[in-house]
Amino acid sequence: MNITAALPSLQQRINEMQPLRLGERALPTPPGLSPLLPGGALHTGSTYAVRGSWQLALAFLVEASRGGAWCGVLGCPFFGAEAAASLGIALDRCVLIPDPGSHALSLAGTLSETLTVVVARFDARVSPAQVERISARLREHGSALVVVGDWVRSESRLTVMKSRWSGLGSGYGALSSKQLTVQSEDRRGTRQHVVSWSHNTFTVDQHHATEAPLLRAV
Amino acid sequence: MRPERVIVVRIPEWEEHTLPPPTATPTETRDFTHLLAQLTELVPQIETLRPGLVAMRARGPARYYGGEAEAANALLQVVHAAGSLEARVGIADSRFAALQAATVDSSDVNGSALAALLPSGDVRIVEPGKSATFLSRLPVSCGIDERLGALLPGLGIYTLGAFAALPEDAVRARFGPAGVLAHRHARGLDAEHGEEIRPHSLARNFDTELHFEPPLESAEQLAFACSTLAEQLSASLSEEHLVCTTLRVTLTDDINIRHEREWTHPRFFTPSDTIARIRWQASSLEASTGERAGAGVAAVHLSPIRTDRAASHEPGLWTSGPDERIHHHLSRVQGLLGPAGVGTTVLGGGRLLRDRQVFVPWGVAPHATHSPGPWPGSLPFSQPSLVFSPPIRAQLLSAAGTIVGIDEDDLLTEGPHSLSIEHSNIPGQVQSWSKPWPIRERWWEGRPERFRLQIELTGGTAWLLLGQTRDTVIHWFAEGQYD
Repeated sequence: MNITAALPSLQQRINEMQPLRLGERALPTPPGLSPLLPGGALHTGSTYAVRGSWQLALAFLVEASRGGAWCGVLGCPFFGAEAAASLGIALDRCVLIPDPGSHALSLAGTLSETLTVVVARFDARVSPAQVERISARLREHGSALVVVGDWVRSESRLTVMKSRWSGLGSGYGALSSKQLTVQSEDRRGTRQHVVSWSHNTFTVDQHHATEAPLLRAV
Repeated sequence: MRPERVIVVRIPEWEEHTLPPPTATPTETRDFTHLLAQLTELVPQIETLRPGLVAMRARGPARYYGGEAEAANALLQVVHAAGSLEARVGIADSRFAALQAATVDSSDVNGSALAALLPSGDVRIVEPGKSATFLSRLPVSCGIDERLGALLPGLGIYTLGAFAALPEDAVRARFGPAGVLAHRHARGLDAEHGEEIRPHSLARNFDTELHFEPPLESAEQLAFACSTLAEQLSASLSEEHLVCTTLRVTLTDDINIRHEREWTHPRFFTPSDTIARIRWQASSLEASTGERAGAGVAAVHLSPIRTDRAASHEPGLWTSGPDERIHHHLSRVQGLLGPAGVGTTVLGGGRLLRDRQVFVPWGVAPHATHSPGPWPGSLPFSQPSLVFSPPIRAQLLSAAGTIVGIDEDDLLTEGPHSLSIEHSNIPGQVQSWSKPWPIRERWWEGRPERFRLQIELTGGTAWLLLGQTRDTVIHWFAEGQYD
């Protein structure tokens, strides 16, 4: 058997299995979305970046919210409450800060002390020092942050590469379901997943998961 | 056990047109306490059901005045002396029956037997043991909760007597505890666990006031100066085992301009909540005064508009309200962003998406919004994850470059080809679209029609458009985005 060829794949499997930090706990995560995340769940103290879909970002709140936890949405002036409620988010336990202005980062830190999962969007560039400060607070208080947009040192970066709706024709029908091609970049490497959304739930199509033919982002 | 006789006094001029207590305007509630205080000198234990309607036990006054009729007359005299022209007294075996005796007009009840029960126009005494007979002639709609009141006539039950004749077990099985309560009321009984008269002494005036010389200019100064005032208010309320749920804060300028605002609290006001409301009001004053900025506040007046028994607000074993920690943190955020900076959303009714969700600032009790009942024309499925409020201007063009309109058959005049949305640089080629869904409201008043349209663009984004006809030209707006 060729050891040099087997080594990288073994290394990757070890990477997938072991958590990076000690004392990480898994937070309730929608089962349909767990294949997207390393370790199969949102972890306390971690930050996740979602690019290209608010709905996908909000879906990460659902399971925690169903379990009675408080969640937050920061920096989304156009929050669609009905869509969020139909996803399964309890609106009375979902704190909104539509327009945090220049306080966005410090508020994300403040909210993470009490809210289990926070979805946030930051307009300004975030410096690595600020990132580190927020991560420390997340770890301390056992919460997770889902950032809409870019974030350095995120646990996982999900990018919607392509989305396709179905149900709508040329002058007839209505939007019913959608299929997203999501690229995940994390310690498992870069992969492409097919995520479908219908009946207000996201599910990852396991068969279509492919290793992206790209180099792993460094 | 003999049922307890109950006296209910009704003073119609204090009552509002509609029944629930919140409609009573605060000034009336407050002024009614003066009258209540005078009545309390006659009969010490009085429960206010709502302004203008009080209940008390009949046994004590009847013994003191030597009869129920005499007691009723004594009460009427006090009410007339206080300047109220009209008042009714009802005395019966149960609270419900006494309430009906005081409120129901004799013209509502057509029965000769009842006329015998009416000694005079203002006092109606239902003899002991006759309450069920008295009630049996009343229509079911009076006094019973609205849902049952609407349901029972549909089942062929028009009077309380007919309802009372039903077996209690059947009522329990069909209508649940609320039905049993109504059934017991209809039979002239109190609730299963009794309905005691619970006097609360709102006779005491809890208003507190603080004057400043010279006037204070900054909201922070004011908040600091008011901390003892808030503590005093809270202490005096808790002496009476009360908590305040609605508070009116009045700030008076140095030139005697008053700025009043009522604040409601989802739970009750603690001193720090009170100070926060004073600070918010003062800072909104600073922001709004414009040219007269810096006028300063010369006096602060706090008056609890609505109070509640403290016992009903005790924290449960498993805290029922939101976590203290969350409240603490969100209050801090409010300190940073202002009172409306943080909150939750409540779903309401309406046709447009933005009407259907209401942002409720933290620490404010949500307003009663439109009923969530059926709204024809609202979007029944797949709500967009982003809702623009107000909708963003958009342009929907056909292949020829003209604006796509809607014809008399509610169909698009041309196939849409490109979509552009203000402040957005999405690739605008239309891939597929839905049939226009009309929203017709008040067409009899000539309100223009509106249309909804779902559009999917080649890039994979989908939008919900709103078309509004104005002067035969259709204007397109983006109402939401499926993101």
